[in-house]
Amino acid sequence: MEIFRHDLVVVGGGGAGLRAAIAAAESDPAARIALVSKVYPMRSHTVSAEGGAAAVARPDDSFEQHAYDTVKGSDFLADQDVVEYFVHEAPGELTRLEHWGCPWSRNEDGTVATRAFGGMATKRTWFAADKVGFHMLHTLFQHSLRFEGIVRYDEYFAVKLLVEEGRVQGVLALDVRTGELVVFAAPSTLLCTGGAGKAFPFTTNGNIKTGDGMALAYRAGVPLKDMEFVQYHPTGLPGTGILITEAARGEGGYLRNADGERFLVTRDYGVGTKAELGPRDMISRAIILEIEAGRGVQGEDGEYVLLDLTHLGEEKINTRLPFVRELALTYAGVDPVREPIPIRPVVHYMMGGIDVNIDGATDLPGLYAAGEAACVSLNGANRLGSNSLTECMVFGARSGLAALRFAREAGGVDEARLRARAEESREGVESRRGRKAGTVRISELRRRLNATMEKGCGVYRDEERMQETVATIAELRPLLSEIALEDDSRVFNTEVVAALELENLFDVAEAVAGAALARKESRGAHARRDYPNRDDQNYLHHSLVYHDPSRPRLATKPVALGRFQPEERKY
Amino acid sequence: MADGSKTKTFIVTRFDPDRHEAPTTETYEVPVRERWKVLDALNYIKDELDPTLSHRWSCRMAVCGSCGMNVNGEPKLTCKTSLAEYGDTVRVEPLANFPVVRDLVVELDGFMDKFRAVKPWIIKAKERAVEEGPHRQSPEELEVFRQFSMCINCMLCYAACPVVANEPEFLGPAAIALGHRYNEDSRDEGARERNRIFRGEGTIFSCSYANECSEVCPKHVDPAAAINQAKFRAVLDWAASFVTSGPREE
Repeated sequence: MEIFRHDLVVVGGGGAGLRAAIAAAESDPAARIALVSKVYPMRSHTVSAEGGAAAVARPDDSFEQHAYDTVKGSDFLADQDVVEYFVHEAPGELTRLEHWGCPWSRNEDGTVATRAFGGMATKRTWFAADKVGFHMLHTLFQHSLRFEGIVRYDEYFAVKLLVEEGRVQGVLALDVRTGELVVFAAPSTLLCTGGAGKAFPFTTNGNIKTGDGMALAYRAGVPLKDMEFVQYHPTGLPGTGILITEAARGEGGYLRNADGERFLVTRDYGVGTKAELGPRDMISRAIILEIEAGRGVQGEDGEYVLLDLTHLGEEKINTRLPFVRELALTYAGVDPVREPIPIRPVVHYMMGGIDVNIDGATDLPGLYAAGEAACVSLNGANRLGSNSLTECMVFGARSGLAALRFAREAGGVDEARLRARAEESREGVESRRGRKAGTVRISELRRRLNATMEKGCGVYRDEERMQETVATIAELRPLLSEIALEDDSRVFNTEVVAALELENLFDVAEAVAGAALARKESRGAHARRDYPNRDDQNYLHHSLVYHDPSRPRLATKPVALGRFQPEERKY
Repeated sequence: MADGSKTKTFIVTRFDPDRHEAPTTETYEVPVRERWKVLDALNYIKDELDPTLSHRWSCRMAVCGSCGMNVNGEPKLTCKTSLAEYGDTVRVEPLANFPVVRDLVVELDGFMDKFRAVKPWIIKAKERAVEEGPHRQSPEELEVFRQFSMCINCMLCYAACPVVANEPEFLGPAAIALGHRYNEDSRDEGARERNRIFRGEGTIFSCSYANECSEVCPKHVDPAAAINQAKFRAVLDWAASFVTSGPREE
C-alpha cells in the first residue's frame, strides 16, 4: 500500500479546507501539506453558497452588535468566547479574500458593498452579486495554487482515521480513479468535509454532502456536538430543493401566502419589524404554520408559499440577484421579474458537528476540524445567514495553524504500524466491490433513511415521531451489510463510494435523531410541539453523542456564556 | 404513462479500461418527467437500472461544474439541460477532447496544469497588508473583468474547441479567460508575466476565433472575447517592450 508522507493532512477542499491549507503554507513554506478531497476542490459545496459573508464593515456597526446578533440568533447556545473571536477576525479574513482577488460587489466610491441579512441588525454581509460561495471558493482555490507546499490529491475518498498510541497519525483513503487504497501519514489531520444534508430527502445540499468527516471522527471516538440543530432554509424550490438565497429578502423581497398576504407582517411569528429578515428558524416555522393553516399554494411537489421579487424591478434583480433569476427560470420555469417564486423550507445546514475547541482541536490528539463539519459553537441552535462562509475563513485559518503547530510538536508517525493498521482495513473496503449477493440497493436504503429523517427531524418535532425515527434507523442499519453492489471494476467505482457515503450518513443520522430525542425543549432550529418553550433550567447545555456499536451514548457540555445573558428571544 | 412521464431512450457510452479495448454503448429506457434535466435521467439509470454506470455530479444547480458531457454530440452541462430539448432518443457521451477514465468520467489533469500555468492569482510587486484594508475598486473597474471571473471550469469549451482537438498544448479557452481575468483586474500587477506565458509555449495565437467556446458556455463567460482581448494585449505588451527601456510599470 502506497504511503504519502506529510506534516498535515487536510481532508476536504472547500472554503475551510483551502483556507486552512493556505494559512499553514503561509506560516511555514517548508511544511508539506496534503489537500485530500473526494472531488476537485472547485466542486466543493461552498460553491453553492449564494448570499454573502458577514463581517463588520460600516461605521454604524460594531463588533458588539455582530456578537449580540449571533448569540441571540443562536438562541443563546453559542459559546461567547468563540463568537467574540469570530467577529473580531471576520473583517480581516474577508479583506484577505479581497487582496487575493475575490470580486466583491462595490459601492460607487469603490469600497466593498454590504447588504442586509436575516437576524443581522445592520448591513454587514459582504457579497459578490449572489454567487458569493462560488467566488470565495474559486478565489481560495486559485490562490492556493501559488503554494508549492500544498500538494493536492483530487478524488481521494477518506475511509478511516488511523489512530496509533492514542493519537491520529494518518488517514486511509481510496484513490477513486484507480481503486487503490493509500495511506496519508501525518502527525496532524484536519477534517473540513462539510455537512450532511443528504441524510434528508429535501435539501439544498449537493450530492457530495454526506457527513464523511463527521462519521470518521465519530467512529474514532470523538463526540458529535449539537447535532439536533438542523437548519431549514426558508426558501428552497419545491421538488429539487435548490436554494434561493436569503439575499433575495435582504434586497427587499417579500414572502406571501396563497392569499397574497405578507404573513410575516400581518401575523405574529415573533419576528417583529424584521419581517422577512427574521432568523431562518422562525421564518421556516412561519411558512410551515401558514401551510398547515391552509394558506399555502398546492403544487405537484407539495404545498408552498411565494417569494415575491416583482417590485424590485428587472435592473436590481439583474445586478444583485442574477443567479436567483437564472435558477428560478431554469429549475422552476418562473421569471422572478414578472411572477413570484414558489418556495418551501428545505434542509440546508448542520449547526452541529465534530466537537472542537476554538483551535479546531478535538479531544483526540492530532485530530482537528473546521467549517460545517465541525461544531466550534459559533452557531448554537440556529446559525445566522452569512456567518458560515466567514466561519470557514476564520476557523479554517486558525485550525490550519493550530494543526500544523501540533504536527511540529508531536513528532513523527509509526509507519510500520500505520501500514499494518491500514492493511487490516483493506479487506473491509475491498470486499464491498462487486458484492452482488446483497438484498437491498443503495438507492432504496438511502430513500428509507431519508424518509424517516424527514418524518422525525423536520421543522417541527415531537416525541412519538422522533422515537420512531430512532427505532427505524436502528432497524435499517444492519441492511448496510446487505447492500448489493454490482460494480466490480476498480476504476472510478462510484457505487463503492456511494455505499461508504451511505454508511457515513447513517452515523450522522443516528446522532441527529438521538440528540433531538433527548432535548425536551424548543430552542433555535429544534422546535418541539410537545415542549414548545425554551428551558434554560435544564437544557442550556451542548449535547454530545458518542459512537457505540450497540447504541449511541449521550452526554452534555456547558455553554460558555459571556457578556450576553440568556433572555427571551424576540425580534 | 399514468404518472405523466414518458419514456425516452438513452444511448450511453460505457468504457472500463480493465475490460474494454474501446468504448461501447449501452441503451436504457427511462421514464422521464416533464421538468427533468439530462442529469436526472442519468441518476435514474444509476439508482434504478444500472448501478455500474459512472458519472460525476454534485450541486445539480449549474455552479459546481462537475457534470459536463456531450449530449447528442454537443457539450452540455447536464444538470442545466432540459430533456424537453430532445426527441425520443438521447445520446450521452463523455466530453470530447479529453482522455476517458471510465464511462462518462474524463481526465482533467492536463487542464489543471494549464489552469495553474496562467498564474490565476493576484500578483503584486509588494504584498498589501491586511491592515491597509481592501483596495478601492470602482463598479466600472469590476465590470471590466467580472464576466471572465464567472467560469465554473465545466470544460464544455474544451470539448467544443477545434484547436484543442488538434493542438493539445494550446492553453485553451477557460485557462486563457482566467489569466486574462487577472490581467484585467485593477488590483493585479502581473500582466507582463502572464503575457509572456500567453506569447510563449502553449501560445494563445493558435485560436482561430471559431467562437465555439462562447457558444457552448453555460455561464456566458465569453472566453472567445477574452482570448481576442488577451491576444491584443499580449502583442501590445510585446511591442512596448521594444520602445521602453528597463522594466515598465503596468
